[in-house]
Amino acid sequence: MKETPNLEYIKELAGGAKSFEEKFIAIIKAEFPNEKEQYLQNLKDKKYRETSENVHKLKHKLNILGLQKGYRLAVRHEEDLRYEDTKLKDEFLDILNVIEAFIKTL
Amino acid sequence: MDCIIVDDETAARAIVEQLCDTTPDLEVVATFSNAVEAIKFLNQNSVDLIFLDIHMPGFTGVDFVQTLKNPPKIVFTTSDTDFAIEAYEYEAIVDYLVKPITRERFTKSIQKVNSTAIRQEEPKQNNKQNGKEDLYINIDRRLIKLKFEDILLVAAKGDYITIKTQQKPYKVHTTLKKIKEKLPERTFLQIHRSYIININRIIDIEDNSVLIDKNVIPISRSNRPELMRRLNLL
Repeated sequence: MKETPNLEYIKELAGGAKSFEEKFIAIIKAEFPNEKEQYLQNLKDKKYRETSENVHKLKHKLNILGLQKGYRLAVRHEEDLRYEDTKLKDEFLDILNVIEAFIKTL
Repeated sequence: MDCIIVDDETAARAIVEQLCDTTPDLEVVATFSNAVEAIKFLNQNSVDLIFLDIHMPGFTGVDFVQTLKNPPKIVFTTSDTDFAIEAYEYEAIVDYLVKPITRERFTKSIQKVNSTAIRQEEPKQNNKQNGKEDLYINIDRRLIKLKFEDILLVAAKGDYITIKTQQKPYKVHTTLKKIKEKLPERTFLQIHRSYIININRIIDIEDNSVLIDKNVIPISRSNRPELMRRLNLL
């Protein structure tokens, strides 16, 4: 079963402070599309080291959004990319697409 | 307690800032997206604590720690547990937080920070030169006086070193280690296993090399943090 992104961690951290929640959502909305685009571009250009760095950044967001299985896949994908192995790229892209759709609902 | 946050990810900085803001007696005085900006800040200001991301492009958290002469307490933040062992090799590293950081774990970390005393490194005294301003080298049974300020760099090759001055190079049968002991630490710095440079003679630094006069000298990864620390960065 696919994991669903959520804001539980952010809400817990905010402790009811709406301003923090809003600030954080704004950051995710601003950063995620660029990070995804950079990842896809570097992957396309076969710049594997850079792609691995992109996954490193993205995986933190997966964690923040409660995607623990997705996070574990990202860890493996990041490591694989260091050896120019892209076998997990489709699964990782699925996760990124789920996040993108979720962000649009915020 | 004043602290700074160094992390290349905006989201990660926002999380640590939020955790700090809701912790009594902990004030975030600045946040930085890269290590170099943080070093510049620390050259002018002192803080009690740094929250430092280990994994940053170009200049890692470990490089950063090596750059600081008298580092305040440091808490590493990272997504990778693999770095944990490396983190604790430095005395200033008080704790290690794995992202995403929970409030409970953060509170424990602050308790640990409060209960840990850091032994401040004594300023290095270099009395070897006893105020001398020059060095005598033996060339063909002749002792030639070289003023420290005239030496641009020293390069090692095999059993010889070449001392390059503004006027001319001198080839001497000795080791880099031996001449390093004769040169004042305040002015000279080894930036590569084969090079010692006069830091007052640097023209510019680009990527991993230094330009001195017309000589491009490589900077080794392990020596780069000390060089960065010694520069008067604006």
